[in-house]
Amino acid sequence: MQGEVFEALKGLAPTLGGEGAQIADLQRLSGGASMQTWAFAVVGGRGRDELILRRRVGSFDPDAARSVSLEVEAALITAAEKVGAPVAPLVHLARPQDGLGEAHITRRISGETLGRKIVSDPRFDAVRPALARQCGAILAQIHSAQPPEGLKTVDALAELARYEEIYRASGAERPILELAFQHLKKRAPEPRPAVLLHGDFRNGNLMVDPDKGVAAVLDWELSHMGDPAEDLGWICVNSWRFGRSDRPVGGFGEYRDLLDGYVEAGGEAIPLERVLYWQALGSLKWGVMCLMMYASYANGTDASVERPMIGRRVSETEIDLVTLLENGL
Amino acid sequence: MIEHPRAEELLDAVAGWIDSVRPSLEPRDAFLARVAANALSVVRRELVQGPAAEAAAIARLSGLLGQDGDLATLNAALCARLRDGAMDRDTPGLLAALKANITEQIAIDQPSYKPEPGL
Repeated sequence: MQGEVFEALKGLAPTLGGEGAQIADLQRLSGGASMQTWAFAVVGGRGRDELILRRRVGSFDPDAARSVSLEVEAALITAAEKVGAPVAPLVHLARPQDGLGEAHITRRISGETLGRKIVSDPRFDAVRPALARQCGAILAQIHSAQPPEGLKTVDALAELARYEEIYRASGAERPILELAFQHLKKRAPEPRPAVLLHGDFRNGNLMVDPDKGVAAVLDWELSHMGDPAEDLGWICVNSWRFGRSDRPVGGFGEYRDLLDGYVEAGGEAIPLERVLYWQALGSLKWGVMCLMMYASYANGTDASVERPMIGRRVSETEIDLVTLLENGL
Repeated sequence: MIEHPRAEELLDAVAGWIDSVRPSLEPRDAFLARVAANALSVVRRELVQGPAAEAAAIARLSGLLGQDGDLATLNAALCARLRDGAMDRDTPGLLAALKANITEQIAIDQPSYKPEPGL
């Protein structure tokens, strides 16, 4: 596989780095069965460029997929860049003749993505207090961007219905999840005009630089149209606070800073209650996802030891949900 | 029940062995070995703490629902009442019982987890 990717990139090298440019240090970073991420460099007359290739293996089914195509992802990155949000800029969208299949190439931005390091490593002590406000400002920018065609629109009730169906199909009987579904359905916020959402804006998908703070927002594949409070609430889900549950925004900051940053960057004022509602819905979604990952072990799809252990993370979302309910959600 | 060795001792022996070979593994396998060792820790805590936690959960749910049964039956009965609206967040004693049950469950699943703070 490495050889195949290398050959295709070699053919692209002149496009990426000018006449005579070479591909260097190709390295597979991660990826599941269907999506691959590769790091590589292009070395040519203009110097050395560090780049990232994202590539889908197999075909994309827009009806079945929750995620967007890499072509739409490329358009999202460009749209976000246009309104000033920090992204890893698009360098090349693969064409059929490139031999990479569905793929795009972006710049490689340096920094840290590991949530636990961002919340606890002393290297981030200086920038950490600024991150929540910065996240608010970045979300205001993203929410003001012109959305590409063809994104799905989601509101709270539709999202609850989708996850309740998955939960019912799992056969699980978990009183806290049941209570959360019923409670959140009764208290769904008034719908409002949908804006462009990142869809997975959380600690873990942010490239953080120890000096500048958020240097790039990554992983746009779950982007859709919806309630701005969905993005604001998702980064507050306790499961992405990495042990710092006392700092509600990503384990690094405060609600007030997130919401102030949002307004200062031109976003409308959003009540904290609406963010807490979506935070709870986020915990519920993550709980159901953990159940699904266990199900993929139980039905024989995935025999890895990792899957059933993720099933034991449902209880973390349950203790968070019951506490949010006690707190008056 | 055989006492020599006890089930916890067998688990400890396997967990210790996994830890001893972990440094020699490739990154993906080293990660999975850590997950495997964690899985054994969950099993160990469930063996030790599980019976008392389950008995306490049954007592709480029986009191709340006014019926007897095993834990699965009581959980299903409670889910049915929540689903049809007979019980909700404001039902007296509901949140306290659920909180006590899940606190004992998380002590087995992930004792180091820091839950959402209360007000």
